[in-house]
Amino acid sequence: MANSRQVSLAATLAAALTLAACKQTPADIEKHLQEHLISAKPGAVIELPEGKFHFDRTLSLTVDKVTLRGKGMDKTVLSFAGQKEGAQGLLVKANDFTIEDIGIEDSAGDGLTVQGGTNIIIRRVRAEWTRGANANNGPYAIYPVECKNLLVEDSVARGAADAGIYVGQSENVVLRRNRAEYNVDGFEVENTENADVYDNIMTHNTGGIGVFNLPNLPRQGGKHVRVYNNQIVDNNTPNFAPKSLGAIYNLPTGTGIYVMAIKDVEIFKNKIANNNTVNVFLIHFKTGIGDAVETTASSPITQQIFAPQDKRYYGFVQQVSVHDNEISGGGKSPDSRITLLGAMAKAMGGSLTDILYDGLLDPAWGKAENSGQICLQNNTASATFLNFDAANNMKHPITDGKKYSCTLPALSAVSIPQAK
Amino acid sequence: MKLFKYLSFFCFLLLGSCRASQKEVKLFLSEPFPQKLSAWHLYTETRSGLKPNNRLLPYNLRTPLFSDYASKYRFIWMPEGTTAQYREDAVFDLPIGTILQKSFAFPSGNSEKLIETRLLVHTQTGWTPLLYIWNDSQTEATLQLVPNPVPVKWTDANGVHDFTYQIPNVNECHECHDNNRTLLPIGPKARNLGKEQVAHWSEVGYLKGAPKEFPEVAVWNKKETGSLEERALAYLDNNCAHCHQPGGTASYTGVDFRYGHFQPGYCKHPNSAGNMHDLRYDIVPGNPDDSILVYRLSSTAPKVMMPQIGRASVHTEGLALIRDWVESLNKSSCP
Repeated sequence: MANSRQVSLAATLAAALTLAACKQTPADIEKHLQEHLISAKPGAVIELPEGKFHFDRTLSLTVDKVTLRGKGMDKTVLSFAGQKEGAQGLLVKANDFTIEDIGIEDSAGDGLTVQGGTNIIIRRVRAEWTRGANANNGPYAIYPVECKNLLVEDSVARGAADAGIYVGQSENVVLRRNRAEYNVDGFEVENTENADVYDNIMTHNTGGIGVFNLPNLPRQGGKHVRVYNNQIVDNNTPNFAPKSLGAIYNLPTGTGIYVMAIKDVEIFKNKIANNNTVNVFLIHFKTGIGDAVETTASSPITQQIFAPQDKRYYGFVQQVSVHDNEISGGGKSPDSRITLLGAMAKAMGGSLTDILYDGLLDPAWGKAENSGQICLQNNTASATFLNFDAANNMKHPITDGKKYSCTLPALSAVSIPQAK
Repeated sequence: MKLFKYLSFFCFLLLGSCRASQKEVKLFLSEPFPQKLSAWHLYTETRSGLKPNNRLLPYNLRTPLFSDYASKYRFIWMPEGTTAQYREDAVFDLPIGTILQKSFAFPSGNSEKLIETRLLVHTQTGWTPLLYIWNDSQTEATLQLVPNPVPVKWTDANGVHDFTYQIPNVNECHECHDNNRTLLPIGPKARNLGKEQVAHWSEVGYLKGAPKEFPEVAVWNKKETGSLEERALAYLDNNCAHCHQPGGTASYTGVDFRYGHFQPGYCKHPNSAGNMHDLRYDIVPGNPDDSILVYRLSSTAPKVMMPQIGRASVHTEGLALIRDWVESLNKSSCP
């Protein structure tokens, strides 16, 4: 008897989870959504009605196989304005999670964080800081990290003080048909292996998209990233990242795409235009971030207290194929805040080229002129190029892009179960 | 129903033994867990401090997690005939059926008021967290998933403490307790219990395999227990390492505060911090004011403060310890 009562209670509860939203007032949803997220059973679909719902603490989910669904990214809004506790808006640590048709606004820190999940779908989600570009906005709007099999599609990210759509330390990733604007970085693909980024719009950010590896993160060796059919245009919003965000603080205003410390990257069929510092920036970690790693490793403090140089890290950029892109109007008004670029632009009469390469080569690659295998093929003919020979203080710059005319084998498409 | 009648009858016949059963902790290992804390029979008295029932063993940690100056009362219970296996570098291997109990109280008038009791119950499917919130009369606590915040106010030598205590919700238990998405206890490690308590656990049969000698962490606020650095390391181990370690919630930040694995981020840029007052490095040796670690400990703003949850006030004394330690490091200007 006790058993049958339990079963019927459980059934009632499960039904309530999917239906509750229809019958609840906004205040009920604000009060009880977290409880629903906790008591959800695997397979639950939690539907939210139209409306703006206010939360002053992080909402979190740890149950696998849950779908959280609203009525549209502008119609069902989770607002965290005035958040009192927690550093995220919605924090998910679960597998087989789907979120769709929901807006997430004004979280204290990151908007939507998905950490350590397999088979994740983020679809038609808008994550935004409504006051626009501001150093006090959270770092990331859509922030999946340490995920496997990840799809982010038809989503919008605005106002992030680091990256609008960030994917870090993940594998098998598809980012498509999203829009990132008024962020510092529009997109970031960091320490990630196997990513396809296509049909996105990246505009009015400080930089459109970064594809790179950073040291001192648990997962190293990101590679195999394809960036294609994207519009990477007019990313000239002055960098508003706070200094404490480290690397991103040094992102030049007016960057289209930058590729740093990574190999196996294919950039094709994009429109990359009117980014005022540079359209395509191919660089070693040292050029991008400075000498932090090396200097730190040799400092007496480091030796004293054993914070090691990250021996797994490899700072060179290599095997990057840039082909069949429409590239124009880059480098017209470079960000002089970045010392290196400012000096370079001054030397060149005030402007930089569409494509900039630091030309840093690992001696281990041998003596071939293009041992880094940077290949430029069939891009807009008028696109300008400069290898600024960072290794020799710009003594032997190369401006003839034809010297880099070569092809690399096409990278294979990323296959994930949810993006067939 | 029938069963219940039989049981009542049985009790009636054997009144003595049923009454005796009240004197034993009652274990629940699966859903539905009791709505009322009293169902567990953990205490014989609650209104003037928690008096543990038989075999509910109180314990303390040498250097605990700071929780808004709450008094914390910790107990452990294991089923008769079971025992934990000693481990040197991790929480003991605790048997199925273990109950870890932590109760939180704040000063109120001349005494204290219980706010919440957290249970971690080791079931066949893993550790289950349960939150019970105490009533005003301190006679009972009720199971909740998402407890309401509680305003607290008291005055002590440091002045007036007046803030809203945020009781974590059940999901937030995972924030600190998860490692590789498995919920684990944090506190009962040999190094943080110390030799005296470990010996006592062994005596009462709760622990086997414990050596007499093993490393203990310093007591963060007792100079005689360790150098400034040892006390700082103990503090960081027990306030930060549950997240900042491989597999922990903040593993992706690449800093590790575990005792013996210490890599706290000297001259390291943070990976994903928010606006840290324009500071650039986790720790600038010799310079606490330029260290994000210190800035985060001194803040109560949601995206700035560390730990991210579980405190609404600054731990002035803990902050001073960490400041002093950063100050004591060989001065170095980061690149």
